[in-house]
Amino acid sequence: MFLSMNWIGDFVDLSGLDKNALIHQFSLSTAEVENEIFYKGSDIDGVVVGQIVSVQPHPESKKLHLLKVDAGGAEPVDVVCGAPNVREGMKTAFAKVGARLGDITIAPRPLAGHMSNGMCCSEKEIGISDDHSGIMDITDDVPNGTDLKSIYGIEDIIFEVDNKSITNRPDLWGHYGVAREFATLAGRPLKPIETLDLTPYDGLPKIDMKILDPLCQRYSALQVENITTTVSPVDMRIRLYYCGMRAINFLADLTNYLMLEMGQPMHAFDSRKVTKIRIRRFDEPFTFQTLDGVERHIDENTLMICNDDTPVAIAGIMGGLDSEIVDDTTSLTLESATFDPVSIRKSTVRLSHRTDASMRYEKSLDPEMTVTAIARFMKLLMDTDPGAKVTSSLTDEYAFHYPPVELSFDKAYVDRYTGIEIDNSTIVKTLTALGFGVENTGDSFKVKVPSWRATKDVTIKADIIEEITRIYGYDNFDVHTAVSPLYPVRAAAEKTVEDKLKDMLVKRFSLHELHSYVWAYYDDYKRLGIEVEPNVDLANASNPNIKTLRRSIVPTQLCQVKLNTGYGPAFGVFEIGRVVNGLDEDGLCVEQKKLCVTLFSKLESLESLYFRLRDMAAVLVADIRHKSLSYEKIEATHSYQHPKNLNAILCDGVCLGEIGVVHPTVGQKIDKKAAIVFMELDVAKLTQVEPEPIVYEEPSKYPGMEVDMTFLADRYEPIEKAIAAANSPILKKARVTGTYADEAGKSITVRLTFSHNERTLTREEVMAVTDGIVDALAKEGVALKA
Amino acid sequence: MNQEIAALTEKFEAELKKIENALDLENMRVAYLGKKGSVTALLKSMGTLSGEARRELGQEVNELKDRVAERIAVRKEELQALELKRQIDAVDEFDLSLPPVLDRGSYHPITLVQRQCERVFKSMGFTVEDYKEVVSDYECFESLNIPKFHPARDMQDTYYLENGQLLKSQTSAAQNAIYRKYRKALIEDGTPIKAIFPGRCFRNEATDACHENTFFQMEGVMVDRNISISNLIFFMKTMLSEVFERDIKVRLRPGFFPFVEPGFELDINCLICGGEGCPSCKHSGWLELCPCGMIHPEVLRMGGIDPEEYTGFAFGLGLTRLAMMKYGIADIRDLNGGSLASMCQFTDDE
Repeated sequence: MFLSMNWIGDFVDLSGLDKNALIHQFSLSTAEVENEIFYKGSDIDGVVVGQIVSVQPHPESKKLHLLKVDAGGAEPVDVVCGAPNVREGMKTAFAKVGARLGDITIAPRPLAGHMSNGMCCSEKEIGISDDHSGIMDITDDVPNGTDLKSIYGIEDIIFEVDNKSITNRPDLWGHYGVAREFATLAGRPLKPIETLDLTPYDGLPKIDMKILDPLCQRYSALQVENITTTVSPVDMRIRLYYCGMRAINFLADLTNYLMLEMGQPMHAFDSRKVTKIRIRRFDEPFTFQTLDGVERHIDENTLMICNDDTPVAIAGIMGGLDSEIVDDTTSLTLESATFDPVSIRKSTVRLSHRTDASMRYEKSLDPEMTVTAIARFMKLLMDTDPGAKVTSSLTDEYAFHYPPVELSFDKAYVDRYTGIEIDNSTIVKTLTALGFGVENTGDSFKVKVPSWRATKDVTIKADIIEEITRIYGYDNFDVHTAVSPLYPVRAAAEKTVEDKLKDMLVKRFSLHELHSYVWAYYDDYKRLGIEVEPNVDLANASNPNIKTLRRSIVPTQLCQVKLNTGYGPAFGVFEIGRVVNGLDEDGLCVEQKKLCVTLFSKLESLESLYFRLRDMAAVLVADIRHKSLSYEKIEATHSYQHPKNLNAILCDGVCLGEIGVVHPTVGQKIDKKAAIVFMELDVAKLTQVEPEPIVYEEPSKYPGMEVDMTFLADRYEPIEKAIAAANSPILKKARVTGTYADEAGKSITVRLTFSHNERTLTREEVMAVTDGIVDALAKEGVALKA
Repeated sequence: MNQEIAALTEKFEAELKKIENALDLENMRVAYLGKKGSVTALLKSMGTLSGEARRELGQEVNELKDRVAERIAVRKEELQALELKRQIDAVDEFDLSLPPVLDRGSYHPITLVQRQCERVFKSMGFTVEDYKEVVSDYECFESLNIPKFHPARDMQDTYYLENGQLLKSQTSAAQNAIYRKYRKALIEDGTPIKAIFPGRCFRNEATDACHENTFFQMEGVMVDRNISISNLIFFMKTMLSEVFERDIKVRLRPGFFPFVEPGFELDINCLICGGEGCPSCKHSGWLELCPCGMIHPEVLRMGGIDPEEYTGFAFGLGLTRLAMMKYGIADIRDLNGGSLASMCQFTDDE
């Protein structure tokens, strides 16, 4: 929202003060001011009132005219002008020789063979409107030669307030409310707003008007006739233009002006079309044409202003085309109302049509303002068009009152909340200046919140703290640390695990951490031939490509691997992120935090890559929990999993996740020549694994013994079980030193290390153990290799 | 006999010349000085001689034995020196000007800035909390004093799920749970609540270089008996100075957020120009960095904490924005895009 310092100056005398400093202060104490400040008119100089004394056609040109312009000098000056609207006797904006218009300095110059000593200007050329259809037509009775800047508010400082920063301040959506802030900051009094006394019209008939719906809080109306002025005064048009609105005609301008001044949107109906005002909703939806000519769909929730049963306006949003003031309108009905803010906002969203009016209504406007706004409107109207005639008494239905807000607090509360010392008189002065009623006895305060702050903005004591402190100035705060008891701070176990996982994966295994999205991207999945499995859906995704939450990070990560096949011949990526696996019995999402790792290699065999990933899992768990893992072959249930090489990863019998080879149909689509393997671990389950304590075992001082045994076996598992079953205290370590395949079949060589802490072992006792293992394995059908 | 000695000496010298390695030399030593060696044989053969001749010859043979032994020892050293030289010559002079092979992993930039923030806050006694991504309307809005019809709850801003839950649109969604988790310690032991909670948030909006539907924030709260606005300013200034590793100036402006009162927009002096004014701060000298404020009494009350007894502050830092500022990432989509060419650059940064 753009604001004019001239306009603010109507309500508070800021003379002698640094305006820029005040605007800066406003930004720090009230609402955010955009960086760019516009110094309107500062680049205009030497433009005066000039009267066209004579108009002659230009002999060489059909468009140009030769003028004599009285610019207040002894003799009229010769001017060549191309504007179509020149006429004898017309007063206009005249830039004399030497005048400055932005970057242009006016100098005498020939135009089609005739000298032009100055320039008649359009409003656009002097920056007060975007009208460039002709030169400015000054109808005010002002002496020729008068500097235009001395009679019109061309010179102004315009600043813009970020609308987002005043969403909670309905009072700041007009200049008067902003002026109150400036008055408080400057320590100067706020002038009352000048209005027309409407009591003389009390005897006139009332307008037939009824609120039939609680969504209308208050509706005030007045009927006026005989308005003859069509063009708004220059200053009014300049202000509207500077504040971002275009002048249309006097009545429309006046309603806009009032909205920008008081924040109260107003609407004028043609009295012929609106004789019986009813405010209501309709049971059945229908279409309605607004004054911008658009047909809009109105549903049963949208509040309408009606003429009896005929809708004439969408309440608080926009008027209808049929009831709009037209050229032959002689009598108008003025609306000044407030509506339920939530209803207005919802209607705005439904209609996807936000207007200057609805933007203000949805902020919870003060219903106390409606009548003052009409009285102010009439004052401005009568000032310009004294012949206007009020033809009804003020008709006002006030259906909903916001409860008055009174708050009590004491100085100790202020001290505690602020942490600094603000004296009682400052508190009283600040609140009073902002319009609060303040009763101060000793250190106790009783505050009455003004109606324009009591619609939702100020409701609790803490709100009062804000009023006091923002005016006091946060830059003026003495800042200090807090004094609190000290206790140890314990890190959350899962967070610690997560950090360790990341460090190991990055630093030990040189993997790259990536982030992805919590939902499946249909297109990406489709490209890899991965099915998006049914899961919890987003109810309202705007992007049709995302709808279903992911059940696993693996497919999202495979999509990212696909993206990176050109990165290098071998790489590994990981992510710690969330997945959702359906709903629990309470209908809530089953959310899990997973670690997902994918390795990609064109340099390594699939088998070696798979083992590398397996070893990585083993190292992670061994490091974090000092535990070993086991693996169990599982059935592939997802389209990206390899049917043969997919294993559950178990620790202490709990499944932590799975490790697998990518299904060749998906793998081929990623890269025909690469081996791709993945694993996914549940971070919470990994955290829950009870860590094995470190128990120191002194190495034996006596020589140990190593025995190599080669078994004919496809899998190591039975050998491992047999070794574990031997449960021998002297068997310290078993290590696979090789696997072979020849005509005899697959074989595995295992090296067993024996030692005793107190003596040298005998061959016999070692043999007893190895024989036991061989015998046990023989029963399982696993033979020693000859 | 003398002739024999002379012949043997001559033969020895001739053979020694041909010896080129330690093994041959050892074989030669055995051939001359071993139990069955030719010098030993000469010594043995002397048994047939007697008296003077034996003594004389004995001396000569012993001299021969010593000479042979010495000659072999010398040759051995020569050979060892040669062998060492050969070993040294066999090794090339390595060219360290060749570029190193740096097989390094990388962290996601969010992890790096998050850890940096966590370190700062942990050093001031804050706990680091984790929270769900799928939350309820109560957690994300109602418990934060965001009224039923507040624009923040509009469908177009928040990702709602078909079961009525939603993807959290702000880390503040954890506030209520954190108050409830620590309220007992606060009330019974006087332990102040000091917590940060980094997390991933979601907004239902179209993505472009400046907008993402998935981004990271870090929220922080501190609640105790007498936490004041003055404390808030102190902590924000101190923490941000630590995070940015320089003295940061902060500026507070009123800002409206339903879960704080008063609420502030916190600006810091521009990191590029230091406050002089430059294009990146739009010549204002300030950067809007994070919303903060005194926790709204209703929010405390809903968290089981009596706002008449306790006060607190809360703040929210945009980790995604922080990472972009710190590393000069211009396009926010790079962060979730998964391109290794981008992401591999963020190695350890502590």
